[in-house]
Amino acid sequence: MKTNDVILKSVTRVAAVIILTFSIYLFMNGHHHPGGGFIGGLSMSSAIVLLYLSFGVDKVRENIRVDFKKLAAIGVLIAIGTGMAGVIFGKPFLTQTFGYYDLPIFGNTELASALIFDTGVALAVIGTAVNIILSISEDR
Amino acid sequence: METLMVILVGILISIGTYLILSKQLLRIVLGASIVGHSVNLLIITSGGLKRGSAPLLGEKAAGFADAIPQALILTAIVINFAVTAVVLVLSYRAYKSFGTDDMEQLRGNENE
Amino acid sequence: MRMNNLLIAPVIIPLLTGMVLIIFQKNIMLQRILSLVALLSTGVIAVLLMNRIKEGGIQSIQLGGWEAPYGISFVGDMFSALLLLATSIVAVGCLIYAFSSIGRKQEKLYFYPLFLFLITGVNGSFLTGDLFNLYVFFELFLVASYVLIALGGTQRQLRESLKYIFTNIIASAFFLIGIAYLYSMTGTLNLAHLSLRIAEIGQDGLITTVALLFLIVFAMKAGLLLFFWLPGSYSVPPTAIAAIFAALLTKVGVYAIFRMFTLIFYHEPQITHLFIGILAAITMILGGLGAIGYWDLRKILTYNVVISVGFIMAGLVSLTTTGIAGSIYYLIHDMLIKGLVFLIGGTIVHLTGTSDLKKISGLIRLHPLLGWMFFIAALSMVGIPPLSGFLGKVFTTQGVFEAGYYWLGGIGLLTSLLILYAMIKLFMNAFWGETILSAEEEKGTTKGLLFPIALLTVASVAMGIGAEAITGYVTQAAEELLNPNLYIKAVFE
Repeated sequence: MKTNDVILKSVTRVAAVIILTFSIYLFMNGHHHPGGGFIGGLSMSSAIVLLYLSFGVDKVRENIRVDFKKLAAIGVLIAIGTGMAGVIFGKPFLTQTFGYYDLPIFGNTELASALIFDTGVALAVIGTAVNIILSISEDR
Repeated sequence: METLMVILVGILISIGTYLILSKQLLRIVLGASIVGHSVNLLIITSGGLKRGSAPLLGEKAAGFADAIPQALILTAIVINFAVTAVVLVLSYRAYKSFGTDDMEQLRGNENE
Repeated sequence: MRMNNLLIAPVIIPLLTGMVLIIFQKNIMLQRILSLVALLSTGVIAVLLMNRIKEGGIQSIQLGGWEAPYGISFVGDMFSALLLLATSIVAVGCLIYAFSSIGRKQEKLYFYPLFLFLITGVNGSFLTGDLFNLYVFFELFLVASYVLIALGGTQRQLRESLKYIFTNIIASAFFLIGIAYLYSMTGTLNLAHLSLRIAEIGQDGLITTVALLFLIVFAMKAGLLLFFWLPGSYSVPPTAIAAIFAALLTKVGVYAIFRMFTLIFYHEPQITHLFIGILAAITMILGGLGAIGYWDLRKILTYNVVISVGFIMAGLVSLTTTGIAGSIYYLIHDMLIKGLVFLIGGTIVHLTGTSDLKKISGLIRLHPLLGWMFFIAALSMVGIPPLSGFLGKVFTTQGVFEAGYYWLGGIGLLTSLLILYAMIKLFMNAFWGETILSAEEEKGTTKGLLFPIALLTVASVAMGIGAEAITGYVTQAAEELLNPNLYIKAVFE
C-alpha cells in the first residue's frame, strides 16, 4: 500500500535540520546550563529516527552510512578514554580538568575535558537509541 | 503536595499491577513500563517537591531543587527505556514464534 | 586520601574490551583472545587487590575526585576482592567452554561482548560503595543476561526468558522504591554514609521495614525463598551461559544481602536476621525436596543452587566471625562448584541429547575423566574433607550453633544429606550401569570441553587442600564485615 506522505516528507526536510541544529546547541550549552551530551544525543537521534520514519530505512541507510552499533561502542570508548586520562596523571578515574586558551576565532575560550566525555556520551546515546528503533522495526 | 504525589504513585502502581496480571503480552509490557515510571515519580518525590531554581552555579535564586533525585531518575528512565526495548523485541519474537500473545498458552509443559 | 585506581580496573577492563569487540564483530579469533585476556587480567588484578587489602586495609576511590558522600565511591574490602577472584576463575572456565560449544552463529551475535558486560556488571556490584550505583550495575548484568538467556531463540528460551525478565523488572522496581524511601529518610545513598546516618538516628520500625523491602528485592535476585523463576530460566540457555548464571547471578544477590545487612541494617538482628534465618531454612528444605524429587538432570542442579543460597545465608544469620567466615568460604566454593557441575551437566546433555536421568546410563566407560570429576564435585558439594565444601560447612554450622540457632544449623546439616542423595542419584544413574550409548551413537564429542571442566575441578580441589592459605584472607573478610567502622573509615578518610 502506498500512503500519501507528502506533508510528512516536506515537514521532515525542514524539521530535521532544525532539530539537528537545536541538538548541537543543547550539546554545547550543557557545560554551564541545562543541556549536555545525553540530551543533545537524544534529540539528534530523534531527528535521525524522524528521517527513518518518513523516508524509509533503506533510503536513509544509503545516505547515512554509519553502523550505529559501532557508533555506540566508539562513544563509550571515548567516554571511558577521557576517564582513563585522569588515571594516567595519578588522579582518580573520571577526574576532569579545564583550562583557558586563546583560539583564533573564538577568542579566550574555556576548553574542558568534560566536553570530550560528553561527545562520547552523545555518540553512545545516538548509537543506542537509533539502534533500538532500527532493531524493533526490522521485521524478521 | 508530596502526599498527593504518593497517592498518585499508588494509583499508577495499581494500574501497572492490574496490567501485569492480564494475559496479553503487550499489556504486561505496558504494565511493567507504568510501574517503572511510577517508581521514578516516587524517587523525585523522595527528595521533596520544592519551588527552586535549577541547581547550577551562577543561578541567583532563593532556593534550589534537590539535584540527586533528578540525576537518579534520569538514569532510571534510561535503564527503563533500554529494558522496555529489549522486552518489546523479545515479546515480538515470541509472538512471531508462537503465533499467540496469550501468556496462558505460553505456559510451558514439562518434558518438551 | 588513600586513592587507588586499581579498584576501577575490574569494571573498566571488561567494559572496554566488550566495546572494542563490538567494533570487531566479524573477527571471531580476535574476540576469543581478547575476552580471555580481559578476564585473565581481571583475575590478576583481583589477586593484587587482595594482597594490597591484606597489607593496607580496605581500599577506596572517589570517582572524579568528588569527596565521599557527594560523589560515587568505589570500595574494595577483602570480601569483594575474594569474590572478584572467584568470578574471574569461573568466567575463564565458562568462556573456554563456550569456545568449543556455543557455535559460530552465536559467536557472531555478540556473545563475547555480552558475556563481558555481564562480568562488568557483576564486578561493579561487588565494588561499588553507592546504593544507586549498585542498582545500575545490577541492571547492567541483568540486561546482558536477558539477551544471553534468549541467545539462540528457541521457543523454550523465548518463553522462559520472558518470565525471567518480568520477574526481574518487578524486583528492580522494588529496588528503586527502597532507594526512594531510604533517600527520603536519610538524604544519602552512599553506603558508608547510610551506615553512619542510620547508626545516628537509630534503626526504628520504619527503617526496619525498608530493610525488609530490600531483603525481598535481593532475595528475589538471590533465589532466597523467592526462587520460583530459577529452575525454569537456568535450564534453557546454552551450557556455558547456564553455568555462568548459576555461578554468578544469584551470588550477586547474596553479596548484596551480606553488604546491606552487615553494613547498614545491623541494628535489629532479632527481627531482620531472624527473618533471613527463617527464609534460609525454608529455602534449604524446599530446595532439598526439589533436588531429590526431580529426575531431570538440569532441574536437580538448579535446585542445588537454591540449597546453597539458603546455606550461605545461615552464616549471615549467626553474625559471628566463625559463621560469616564459613559463609564466605562456602560462597566462593559454591561459585566454583556450581560453574563446574553445570558445565559437566551440560556436557552430559550434549553427549546424550537428553536431560532425563532415566534415559542416561553408563557414561563412565567411555568418559572416565568426566565421571570422576563429577564425583569429586559431588563430594565437595556434600562437604567431604578435604574438599572445598567441607571447611565452609564446618565453620558455618559452628557459627550458627555458637549464636544459638540450633534449628538452623540442624536443617543445614540435614540438607547436606539431601544433597548427598541427589548427587549420588545423579552419579549412579548417569555414570554407572549399562553403557547404552556406544561412541558412535553419541550426539557430540567432549573435544575441547574437558579442559575448562578440569580447570574448575583443579581450582576447587586446590581451594580445599590449600585452605590454610585462604583462611587468613577469609577471616579478615569476615572481620571487616562485622566491623562497619572499618568500611566507613576507608570511605571518609
